[in-house]
Amino acid sequence: MMQLPEHPDWLWESAAPKRSYDVVIVGAGGHGLATAYYLARNHGITDVAVLERGWLAGGNMARNTTIIRSNYLWDESAGIYEHALKLWETLEEELDYPLLFSQRGVLNLAHSLQDVRDSVRRVEANRLNGVDAEWLDPRQVKEVCPIVNISQDVRYPVLGATFQPRAGIAKHDHVAWGFAKAAAALGVHFVENCEVTGLRVSNGRVTGVETTRGTIGAGRVALCAAGHTSVVAATAGIDLPLQSHPLQALVSELLEPVHPTVVMSNAVHVYVSQAHKGELVMGAGIDAANSYRQRGAFHIIERQMAAALELFPVFARAHVLRTWGGVVDVSPDASPIVGLSPVEGLYLNCGWGTGGFKATPGVGWCFAHTVAHDEPHPLTAPFSLDRFVTGALVDEHGAAAVAH
Amino acid sequence: MRRESGGRVDRSRVLRFTFDGREYTGHPGDTLASALLANGVRRVAASVKLGRPRGVFSAGSEEPNALVQVETPFPEPMLTATTVELYDGLAARGLAGRGRLASEPDPARYDAVHAHCDVLVVGAGPAGLAAARAAAATGARVILADEQPEPGGGLLGTAETVDGTPGAEWAAATAAALEELPDVRVLRRTTVFGYYDDNYLVAVERRTNHLGAQAPAHVARERIWRIRARRVVLATGAHERPIAFAGNDLPGVMPAGAARTYLHRYGVLPGRRAVVFTANDSAYAAALDLADAGVDVAAIVDVRQAPGSCATRARERGIEVLTGHVVRQAHGDGQVDGVVAGTDGGDVLEERPIDADLLLVSGGWSPVVHLFSQSGGSLRYDEELGAMLPGRSRQAVEVAGAARGVFTLEACLADGAGAGERAVSGTGPAPVEPSPPAGVPYWLVPAADYSAHFVDLQRDVTVADVRRATGAGLRSVEHVKRYTTAGTAHDQGKTSGLLTTAVMAHLLGVPVADLGVTTFRAPYLPVSFAALAGRDRGELHDPVRVTALHEWHVANGALFENVGQWKRPWYYPRPGEDMEAAVLRECRAAREQVAAMDASTLGKIDVIGPDAGEFLDRLYTNLMSTLKVGAIRYGVMCRADGMVFDDGTVIRLAEDHFLVTTTTGNAAAVLDWMEEWLQTEWPSLRVYCTSVTEQWATVALVGPRSREVLARLAPGLPVGAAEFPFMTWREAEVAGLPARVCRISFSGELAYEINVTSWDGLRLWEAIMAEGVTPYGTETMHVLRAEKGYPIVGQDTDGTVTPHDLGMSWVVSKKKPDFVGKRSFGRADTARPDRKQLVGLLPEDPAFLLPEGTHLVAPETVGPGRRLPEPPVPMLGHVTSSYRSAALGRTFALALVKAGQSRYGERLYAPVGDTLVPVTVTSHVLYDPEGARRDG
Amino acid sequence: MLLIPCPWCGPRDEAEFHYGGQAHVAYPQDPAALSDEQWARYLFFRDNPKGVFAERWSHSAGCRRWFNALRDTATNEIHAVYRVGEPKPVTS
Repeated sequence: MMQLPEHPDWLWESAAPKRSYDVVIVGAGGHGLATAYYLARNHGITDVAVLERGWLAGGNMARNTTIIRSNYLWDESAGIYEHALKLWETLEEELDYPLLFSQRGVLNLAHSLQDVRDSVRRVEANRLNGVDAEWLDPRQVKEVCPIVNISQDVRYPVLGATFQPRAGIAKHDHVAWGFAKAAAALGVHFVENCEVTGLRVSNGRVTGVETTRGTIGAGRVALCAAGHTSVVAATAGIDLPLQSHPLQALVSELLEPVHPTVVMSNAVHVYVSQAHKGELVMGAGIDAANSYRQRGAFHIIERQMAAALELFPVFARAHVLRTWGGVVDVSPDASPIVGLSPVEGLYLNCGWGTGGFKATPGVGWCFAHTVAHDEPHPLTAPFSLDRFVTGALVDEHGAAAVAH
Repeated sequence: MRRESGGRVDRSRVLRFTFDGREYTGHPGDTLASALLANGVRRVAASVKLGRPRGVFSAGSEEPNALVQVETPFPEPMLTATTVELYDGLAARGLAGRGRLASEPDPARYDAVHAHCDVLVVGAGPAGLAAARAAAATGARVILADEQPEPGGGLLGTAETVDGTPGAEWAAATAAALEELPDVRVLRRTTVFGYYDDNYLVAVERRTNHLGAQAPAHVARERIWRIRARRVVLATGAHERPIAFAGNDLPGVMPAGAARTYLHRYGVLPGRRAVVFTANDSAYAAALDLADAGVDVAAIVDVRQAPGSCATRARERGIEVLTGHVVRQAHGDGQVDGVVAGTDGGDVLEERPIDADLLLVSGGWSPVVHLFSQSGGSLRYDEELGAMLPGRSRQAVEVAGAARGVFTLEACLADGAGAGERAVSGTGPAPVEPSPPAGVPYWLVPAADYSAHFVDLQRDVTVADVRRATGAGLRSVEHVKRYTTAGTAHDQGKTSGLLTTAVMAHLLGVPVADLGVTTFRAPYLPVSFAALAGRDRGELHDPVRVTALHEWHVANGALFENVGQWKRPWYYPRPGEDMEAAVLRECRAAREQVAAMDASTLGKIDVIGPDAGEFLDRLYTNLMSTLKVGAIRYGVMCRADGMVFDDGTVIRLAEDHFLVTTTTGNAAAVLDWMEEWLQTEWPSLRVYCTSVTEQWATVALVGPRSREVLARLAPGLPVGAAEFPFMTWREAEVAGLPARVCRISFSGELAYEINVTSWDGLRLWEAIMAEGVTPYGTETMHVLRAEKGYPIVGQDTDGTVTPHDLGMSWVVSKKKPDFVGKRSFGRADTARPDRKQLVGLLPEDPAFLLPEGTHLVAPETVGPGRRLPEPPVPMLGHVTSSYRSAALGRTFALALVKAGQSRYGERLYAPVGDTLVPVTVTSHVLYDPEGARRDG
Repeated sequence: MLLIPCPWCGPRDEAEFHYGGQAHVAYPQDPAALSDEQWARYLFFRDNPKGVFAERWSHSAGCRRWFNALRDTATNEIHAVYRVGEPKPVTS
């Protein structure tokens, strides 16, 4: 028999929108909720509404594979993700909510000599940036995760892996609801089934939002709309270097524990963990073509399964129970865009692609600072929109193992 | 208990099986569930959270309760007893919600097939068979898929007849007749589980599971069907819904239709004394059939005050009908031994205990709209039926039969036939009117305590749990699903989903239609990972590319490196040599004697046409159009952002013919890049690009003695430095083979690259080896080029490096007005003087080998105490390549270092483990900087 | 798995194609004349509409031709395909 911690008896109440708020946050996903929470907690700004076109935390927050890690290559990335990881480490107490945060470690596998070089480079950079990281040889990989196939006879054998022991997983719904409950207790409103259809701008300054539930005035507007950011921003004439793509994931049935950690592989594109209840949670590849359908193509799932069985032959007779997709907004350098926008009082938080969940508390913290002070937080300053003009990209494409 | 006769099982054969360690018998035609019921096994599994006993609930794939683990012949987790066909030697056990994966490899094979058809019919019940027959009659290509081992669908579970023939026999005959047709395929044991864009559907066929240990090894156990259908007919039937009341999870509680199926299809009576609890007419048929079969039907408890003629008929048969009543509770120790009936609502509580070991329930029917919803079709809640019905479709799809609320047999046949006709021609009879069994939707028996009113049996979710969720403020079905986990189990809420919504609606006092249901997602039924992986595993996971010389490399002990899909010789250890010794020996041979490498994997692209020179000028950073016929030039390509994309040599074969070489890993990407620019930006350029990588075998012949070896092999070729200068090529006969010889060098030594057709590759190589030439692999190639400071794209670059950063400003034309990437060099960040630049590093300890990937820190960072500060530690760059050099007699490295080109002579520190290794920055060209050796 | 009607080969599975993003983004006539902002727009900024999108595909496992398509990114429905150089069709 299996018991997991129960949700609390009271969470939050969906509100009817007021006529106006100090701050309107577009999108009640993890980032929107965390931003609302830290606006109230760190900056005392509580006249805040978080608007959600569907149900609270029903977009990518409900659809991701919940991997948390901070072992990114570039200093800028390591800075924000490590900040987030440190917040994760105390978040259950902070929010007084069982988040099922489990620091079970993440392995990023290397399958070629160049993977090995890139991996060691990342491990060494992580250490100098204060991020825990180790390079493991295949035998050590097997010690951490006994079911990984380290035979050298397979098509792309495992040549080793990076390991971040402090990395892990958390339960996404719990995280969203923990932030929501805590923010609600501080006075934040959540308005569900309220799609933002336009941004109101006057003399270069944002004044509110048009929604399917009427116009809502706002002193400041913070975009946390993930895959739909382009659509919202376009209503204020703002073009963003984003492309929206479906990203799929899947779960198996509940299984007795076999997989103690998180394994990610770039070369054969797998990332998999076994959640607390026992289901295998796996991410698949991104669909190549732009789409706003929260659903991907099936051949991507089939490829994903083939890759998974190369690494984990014991998964052969596990079953796919459910597949789903989210819409991710991908930037040209696979790094986020966080900060000011060309419109005064309108703030951008987007471009997190496939990797936004792990940043949730960190970006909420920094973005709240940005909204409160009308200036970038030092940790997110490198992720300005301006970098695409200067060329100072934070290119996680070739560098970091996988961006999930 | 098994009846003496009846059903579609073959009583003449006995199958032995074990369940939870006890031996039982059954018959061909049984499922594990029917065999267990026949043996009187009521408790099959335990519930996941509360550990409550659970029995067989349904008779189909919607089963929420009877979860089993198959152990023999091979462990398979989480199957439903209702879908496991019985075979001799089956060993299974009940599960408490979690399965077990085998620790040994799965020996079975899996496969996938593609199919195209005019009409795909999903479901071989009466509507599906009628649809397939109508479509096939026109000569259309038809695929009929059904998850059961035999066609018939609902007909297998009733005593109904079609045209006077028993339903199951009619179905078998109809399917057989269809299979006679050349363009019809009937797929049995095949579940269509996904419906994607453009009428692409995916199904899994279970081919050998039912054979147990007798399954032939050469037949794929499961096979994925990828079906593209012009039109689809969904005849997927309906699921009978449970009702939430106290104790509704006990073994012995089952949908009325399931009991009827056990009777008619398997000849099994799932109990001796039954109570029927219903809100519609359909359960009366089950009651009467069971009564006919000898079950004591104690009472029919009907929610309705005035059920109509079916109640009259039941009473005529001597069955008591309690109208306006509900079952308040089922009770028993581990299984039902009685129920408490009572009036529905009202202030006066009348209670009536009834002994029974079987409680048949019908809260209504839910059409199976999963695939329709997956197809993008909208759903609408039908108040009368109390279920979601297909609404507007987005794809070319028809729905027929019970899947759209048509329930009588005649109507299903007509509806199916019409759908089949429309699917072919686009026109035909209109869909028939829905004909749900008379009744009312009924969900929840009111009570004071809802802690044993189960909504989702498999996830142990009760009405009390749903109430707690709505009490927490949740109003969306998606939130309640996540709060309670209802609908997330193995059955994905097939029988519980709408019930959960209805309970929510009841608790919140809102219409069911306002709440809707959670999204239907693929797969409709769980599908094994292995089936989806198919044959794309092991050697077939990704193609292996080998050169024409591969067999020689294998025979001569080469170890291989994967480079993209290619297998490249890494080094050739001699007995007793480790990698270091072998590479040092190979390097010495190349620097001091003569050595050869298989360079066939380098990408080769023929660029032909009058505008070929102009085209290459636009893509390469340097000028190519000025190249003379007979000459060779090194070139670099950048992406439009100015970052290095690929490099290689360009050979001019004729005025209008260039041969471009690329890095091994980038060959396809470079060709794609060229085609993209040609076709989409510069269609007016008269240029054609063709990959010729595999047409040529290429051998690099390297070393001071390479000239004399070549002279012997190519006696007709003048090989003197003046006659055959650097960066030119010649046609020649080498080892008696027609060859193109290029004088280029990726090692700094005198070297030739000899190209012959792939067919001749091995003969050329063997001729070279016969000259006593040392073979070398990629590792030695890497060392030799690094000594010369030649970067490897992808190793010394990472997509953030410009040609200037590589110290190759000389390869960037200042004459050309534009080329791809040029404009980006002027951006603020790209023009920064402190960009990371390629340099050489010499560890102060000449024996110390820096690990590749090591970072570098400035002396001011480590301070006089030579200690790293607290993180974050500022980094200057990292080691991209690092080797022991035979030629330099020491270790060295290449690195990308901030403002590196201005740091020559500076000391930096490389943190390696717990030590700080001092290194000196030098030019990246460490060996023969004057280039004196290339002419030999 | 979309069914993409290659204008040269006819309808084929999506897996045969390579995606090329927004169509009709011409390489600037004179990049040197552009400001950094203008050049950045060419390099990195592409439309991302929820709705009909003119986009490029290459039939990379077939005829290897590039062509354009009008596809609705909200539904994945392909309204039209047309060859490089042909004008963008008008759709309702």
